[in-house]
Amino acid sequence: MDFLNAFVALSNFVLIPATAYGSQLALGALGVTLIYGILRFSNFAHGDTMAFGAMVTILVTWLFQAMGLSIYPLPTALLALPFGIAGTALMMLATDRWVYRFYREQKAKPIILVMVSLGVMFILNGVVRVIIGPGEQNFNDGARFIMRAKDFKVMTGLKEGLAFKSSQGITIVVTVIAVIALFWFLNRTRTGKSMRAYSDNEDLALLSGINPEKVVRVTWILAAILATTAGVLYGLDKAFKPFTYFQLLLPIFAAAIVGGLGNPLGAIAGGYIIAFSEVTLTYAWKKVAVYVLPESLKPDGLVQLLSTDYKFAVSFAILVVVLIFKPYGLFRGKAV
Amino acid sequence: MNEKFLIGDRISGGYGQGPNILHGCTLAVEKGEIAVIVGPNGAGKSTAMKAVFGMMDVREGAVRLDGEDITALSPQARVAKGMAFVPQNNNIFTSMTVEENLEMGAFLREDDMTDSMEQVYTLFPILKDKRRQAAGELSGGQRQQVAVGRALMTQPSVLMLDEPTAGVSPIVMDELFDRIIEVARTGISILMVEQNARQALEIADTGYVLVQGRNAHTGSGKELLANPEVRRTFLGGT
Repeated sequence: MDFLNAFVALSNFVLIPATAYGSQLALGALGVTLIYGILRFSNFAHGDTMAFGAMVTILVTWLFQAMGLSIYPLPTALLALPFGIAGTALMMLATDRWVYRFYREQKAKPIILVMVSLGVMFILNGVVRVIIGPGEQNFNDGARFIMRAKDFKVMTGLKEGLAFKSSQGITIVVTVIAVIALFWFLNRTRTGKSMRAYSDNEDLALLSGINPEKVVRVTWILAAILATTAGVLYGLDKAFKPFTYFQLLLPIFAAAIVGGLGNPLGAIAGGYIIAFSEVTLTYAWKKVAVYVLPESLKPDGLVQLLSTDYKFAVSFAILVVVLIFKPYGLFRGKAV
Repeated sequence: MNEKFLIGDRISGGYGQGPNILHGCTLAVEKGEIAVIVGPNGAGKSTAMKAVFGMMDVREGAVRLDGEDITALSPQARVAKGMAFVPQNNNIFTSMTVEENLEMGAFLREDDMTDSMEQVYTLFPILKDKRRQAAGELSGGQRQQVAVGRALMTQPSVLMLDEPTAGVSPIVMDELFDRIIEVARTGISILMVEQNARQALEIADTGYVLVQGRNAHTGSGKELLANPEVRRTFLGGT
């Protein structure tokens, strides 16, 4: 039995990738949960907002590359990210002005707003495909690895290698910064507190003189920041493809609902829960098992519970179970 | 005759397209006085209050604050004019701390609000001990104190309370009434709706008995308590 090698293998194939993926989901789910808490509807366009934000960032990245701007070893996309955020925020404010505000003034039911967001989703979907195309874009021009598997083996003399991609490192660091900034904003600033107050009790917020239109605008801007950041990090880590972002909608919603819709802490926890469930259930455990189990119990197969093709089924199953047994989510958000 | 500080003058109106709930109902309160609206269930007490605060369509009559006609103003604009309203339900931000609740009450103010916050803490000392706690975790009476405290943070000239003692124990109710008297002594007009008619009329400078959206009896608290008809019909006693 060799626990050290088992742990290294586990870190390499499960812990690190799931943490990075979980961070991306958490950022996405935070955006969904903020919109749900304040605008009171499930924004189905969030996945495509992420795609839009990533697209703008990629376009700016290309521009910077053409200009010869670089911050190597970091990817140029990080430099372009603020511009991507600005573009996405403008797009979302315009959408709110031309689409959502009309329904808000009608005091439309949440289900109607969900359908409206579905329409926005299709439009964004098309816009992104028209501008950048449906194909895959690889825009990570930074250093590939913080730690290569080979170097790790040489360094430690262990049989198992541990690779730590720079995109994973960037994802984790950026997520930590974004989450700290978001919580600071919501808990310490006047505008942030007014957003929480509006989410908590809309009527009383109005009686206290809080301007609802301002709260809505700030919410869209925050959602744009979170969505663009999540989209760019995911694109750096994997690759950018519009359809993949559309598919991300399911794990992101699962994360937000598992944590409790409207509760930011829950969204973060939910993101990691979904990511770890997905990765552990679709990982072939043979490698780890070989180190941990005695010789006689060595597995013959891959010890993979589910094929990776079924990873979306994991989110879906968790979603169903949570909705049956704990419909308010783990951190007690609002009813779905 | 001099007009009172805040007056809802012969108001008629209802909600949306619905029929009139109030029929020429008049309510008024002088500076630093307590006016109490009592009456049977469905008399339109809360509706009268909402009419004065602009949360209902006033079809006839007018609302005047310090001589100024404010009938057309939105509730938010009335807050800016110095009116504060404590609704009967959902009157606090449950997920926020006591201190944040008070801060939100002062949202419209740009100046330093630590003085007002100290005043609220002096009035309700228990809130100071609990200022870092989520308001939703407090007891019923404490929540009402938070609600009243939040409304006081705007430094209003009129404080309107919709059944502030609903669902609290008699001891807590007495204490709340004592606090309300203290608030009135600082020069703030109080207009409140109360279920506990007898106790409320005891502290009232003016009492309004509403029946079916009309003024049935008006007078000082003592007069109404002494009025045999009011006693028989509303106070349930001899």
